Amino acid sequence: MKKDTIAAISTGMTNSGIGIVRISGEEAFDIIDKIYKGKKQPSTVESHTIHYGFIVDEEHTVDEVLVSVLHAPRTFTGENTVEINCHGGTYVVKKVLETVIKYGARPAEPGEFTKRAFLNGKMDLSQAEAVIDVIQAQSEYALQSSVSQLQGSVKHKIQAIREKILYHTAFIETALDDPEHISVDGYGDTLYQAVEEVLEEIKLLIRSSDDGRILKEGIQTVIVGKPNAGKSSLLNVLSGHDRAIVTDIAGTTRDILEEQIQLQGLSLNIIDTAGIRETEDIIERMGVERAKEYANRADLVIWVIDASCPFDESDEEILELISDKKSVILLNKIDLNVMTSKEYLLCKLNSLSDNSNELEIPIIEISVKEERGISELEEVIQHMFFEGEISFNDEVYITNIRQKAALQAAEESLVRVMESIENQMPEDFYSIDLMDAYESLGNITGETIGEDLVNEIFSKFCMGK
Amino acid sequence: MKYSANSVWENKDEYDVIVIGAGHAGCEAALACARLGFRTLVFTVSVDSIALMPCNPNIGGSSKGHLVKEVDALGGEMGKVIDQTFIQSKMLNQSKGPAVHSLRAQADKASYSRVMRNVLENQENLEIKQMEVTELLTEDVLQGDEVRKRIIGVRTYSGAVYSCQAVVLCTGTYLKSRCIYGDVSTQTGPNGLQSANYLTESLQQLGISMYRFKTGTPARIDKRSIDFTKMEEQKGDEKIVPFSFTTNPEDVQIDQVSCWLTYTNERTHQIIRDNLDRSPLYSGMIEGTGPRYCPSIEDKVVKFADKNRHQVFIEPEGLDTNEMYVGGMSSSLPEDVQYEMYRSVPGLENAKIIRNAYAIEYDCIDARQLKSTLEFKSVDGLFSGGQFNGSSGYEEAAAQGLVAGINAARKLQGKEGIVIDRSEGYIGVLIDDLVTKESREPYRMMTSRAEYRLLLRQDNADLRLTKLGHEVGLIEEERYQNLLEKEQQIQQEIERVESVYVGNTQEVQELLKEFGSTPLVSGASLADLIRRPELSYELLAPIDKSRPKLREDVIEQVNINIKYAGYIKRQQKQVEQFKKLEKKKIPSDINYEEVQSLRIEAKQKLSQIRPASIGQASRISGVSPADISVLLVYLEGRGK
Repeated sequence: MKKDTIAAISTGMTNSGIGIVRISGEEAFDIIDKIYKGKKQPSTVESHTIHYGFIVDEEHTVDEVLVSVLHAPRTFTGENTVEINCHGGTYVVKKVLETVIKYGARPAEPGEFTKRAFLNGKMDLSQAEAVIDVIQAQSEYALQSSVSQLQGSVKHKIQAIREKILYHTAFIETALDDPEHISVDGYGDTLYQAVEEVLEEIKLLIRSSDDGRILKEGIQTVIVGKPNAGKSSLLNVLSGHDRAIVTDIAGTTRDILEEQIQLQGLSLNIIDTAGIRETEDIIERMGVERAKEYANRADLVIWVIDASCPFDESDEEILELISDKKSVILLNKIDLNVMTSKEYLLCKLNSLSDNSNELEIPIIEISVKEERGISELEEVIQHMFFEGEISFNDEVYITNIRQKAALQAAEESLVRVMESIENQMPEDFYSIDLMDAYESLGNITGETIGEDLVNEIFSKFCMGK
Repeated sequence: MKYSANSVWENKDEYDVIVIGAGHAGCEAALACARLGFRTLVFTVSVDSIALMPCNPNIGGSSKGHLVKEVDALGGEMGKVIDQTFIQSKMLNQSKGPAVHSLRAQADKASYSRVMRNVLENQENLEIKQMEVTELLTEDVLQGDEVRKRIIGVRTYSGAVYSCQAVVLCTGTYLKSRCIYGDVSTQTGPNGLQSANYLTESLQQLGISMYRFKTGTPARIDKRSIDFTKMEEQKGDEKIVPFSFTTNPEDVQIDQVSCWLTYTNERTHQIIRDNLDRSPLYSGMIEGTGPRYCPSIEDKVVKFADKNRHQVFIEPEGLDTNEMYVGGMSSSLPEDVQYEMYRSVPGLENAKIIRNAYAIEYDCIDARQLKSTLEFKSVDGLFSGGQFNGSSGYEEAAAQGLVAGINAARKLQGKEGIVIDRSEGYIGVLIDDLVTKESREPYRMMTSRAEYRLLLRQDNADLRLTKLGHEVGLIEEERYQNLLEKEQQIQQEIERVESVYVGNTQEVQELLKEFGSTPLVSGASLADLIRRPELSYELLAPIDKSRPKLREDVIEQVNINIKYAGYIKRQQKQVEQFKKLEKKKIPSDINYEEVQSLRIEAKQKLSQIRPASIGQASRISGVSPADISVLLVYLEGRGK
């Protein structure tokens, strides 16, 4: 209903490799200006034009994109609209959406673009009935899916957090409404501690959103390695069919390939990348840069080393890249003459780790060609994800972006409460942000504020007269 | 008890508006109508009980003080009268933020009543009549293809008929009221006053559904029997702030009377627990719903069993009386238990009770039958305000009475009624809650009910509402011009301190050091410095060379607006969102049964409450965001 700026992924959530993030609303151009790096500022270009550039979050590049700028009213919604065509798969598209939201848009409600289009007179009467059905259907779907996602622990966890927030707010409010019976002086210290604890729980939930994604969408796995180390062959072995173009010529895999494979209950989204090495070829160069970025964001990095070649500068570079990530090293081509041994790699790893923080990256000797060591690889990955190397936070998962955004909003509000306490603001200012946090969390569980606060005041605290 | 309903005597005096009841709501309603030029008649069961304060002897308090200020800003009377009749004044929450500062004054009850009665008696166009109204008279009118009821007059207990064009119901706690303590029950209104026993039936015949609510009051004790040495003295503020924006602050710096604080103890609680079976609340004799915010002492002891003491405030009822109000110990226990219970409290060992504590039950309405203008949806020209609408408190009553009175007058002027929204005043929150949300207990204003309270401060009530008061016609030109000037001065001064920069000169650094503030590294605007928690507009005077001489109330606004600018801006943004939905009006003839895809519960609730805007609809419990979407789409389609 609100006419603030909304955003959503407007293509289906398939791994088609292309996704569009659509932003609509008054601030659409302001937002894209903040996160787009290209020749011109999108807010200054003509309507209905497309521009090549990058989506960036401060220094960090999120994706290489094409941006369409569409001025109101000649748009689907009748509002200023920006469409970001992303290259990456689901994961990257989601990251782009998260960036857009971080810079001021709100995740769209189900059917909200359509609704806005209608309300702004972009649809005629004959379409109205259909729209109603769409909105209704989508809300119901969203409700169902959010309820099923929230069964059990997430809901309980968030409700517990909300109860804590409500209790403290009610105490402050009771004191404000009845200052002669209840004093709130000095409550800042108590509240500060309580908010700190709650904030910690919320942060855990936000972090768990990535674990939730892992379960729902699979482990984002990136295969890296020098050209012709056997990355694509590995992918083909794991997925069971020829997908990547495999030749003996180094640098054949120029783009990023994505493949989803099932590994005894775990789902792996494997991204095969162009080999990392110094290259002058622009197209390939781009692939290499992207590979590095994917590696940076992946849940798991599989590094394929050609054991038949000596360890060189490119390998050093990769070693640097993976050293702080969850990774597995595969020594491929052990069926050939071994130039880089497991012992040598262990020494390398030890030299990288300082005493306090020992690197424990599993090294597996394999031969993709002879399919040797593959089952060991599967076991290792399973072990990593089931034995807690990736923690699942007591089975608490936050699975969608809307929920994550709501958690982040609650987090921000609580941080503001702490700032207010630090700045020695009067107590009544605390409850403003506390209630904002309470409302944001309610958006996840589908509960609105209503009379909660008033009821809490009356049930927990004794008022005067 | 049969009144002569068949009488044919018709009073030929012509009245435009009839107000039923002369409590805090009725007084404001009657004054507003008369001041707007309409011949107004106010009925009361007793002229001696005009503007009676039958419970606590004070006006204002947290959020209620806001209401009084708003009533004053709109051109109401309550603030002016309490400024003339208070005997102690306190600004509550002074150590907190400006939004929750709240003025509360102890009143000399008799003076308050007398002064207000005097204002009514001398108001042009206004007449008072001591008589119980027993029946509302209506006629059916054809509006479009719909037959509607319209108010044409009232009939009284004596059988006389008075005709009028609008009625404002302000019956307070008098409808079929019953006072109870122990097994004693009397069919009276508060203080043994006559109750009104016939109007309920007339209302029900008009199709209006009634609730039965309950509230209570503590005993009054003879001052001579109290040992004040065992209590803590509670003095008023040194610098007194008036309620009314028209009162000169110098005129209210009076000698004040103290209140006293003592506590209940385990023995008090034991006495209560031992006698619970004799309490009409627990025996089932009282059926009405009591308020949770104003629990009786027996309720407190039962509900908060872990508390070993409760505060008791001893407050004077006036200067010319020995009666003292025992705040915090309202009760409906039997008389003998009351004596034992009160006398267990330190300082009250020898207490002589002048008036017993009692609970009171009365008829009131489900206010969701009202529009936001406080006119009944089903009867044209019938308005209501105050406790009759299911609220509690003198201030809540006055606020509604004023709005109901103004809107009755505007109806006769052929103008649209005023609606103060939730972002404009506590009055707006109060009325919106009453007409939108289901309430099963008397509704009390609370600061936590106002979601935009940072903007709804008691200090800026005039800036928020006096323009509206002027537009309505209750604020005279001079006061209006004065307000415009104030507004302009505030604006100019804010701009000035935002744009005047000071450098890190020795003078500046020394001033900062004096107040424990970090020294400047480079230049800063005066506004930046004001925003520092340890500094304020006033403290910066020595280094602010170009400062103009300004009124105190202007300085206060400048200081608050700059100091809390960040928070204020955030709330203003929220208000913008809120306003967009409030502006989307729902036509009054909408048939929710026709709206496809609305859930059944939503259809029922919407049909029952008939919200005026999408915003109001979204606040109804049982109406989901998806329902609102459906409704928006339907309305859009309908408009074409």
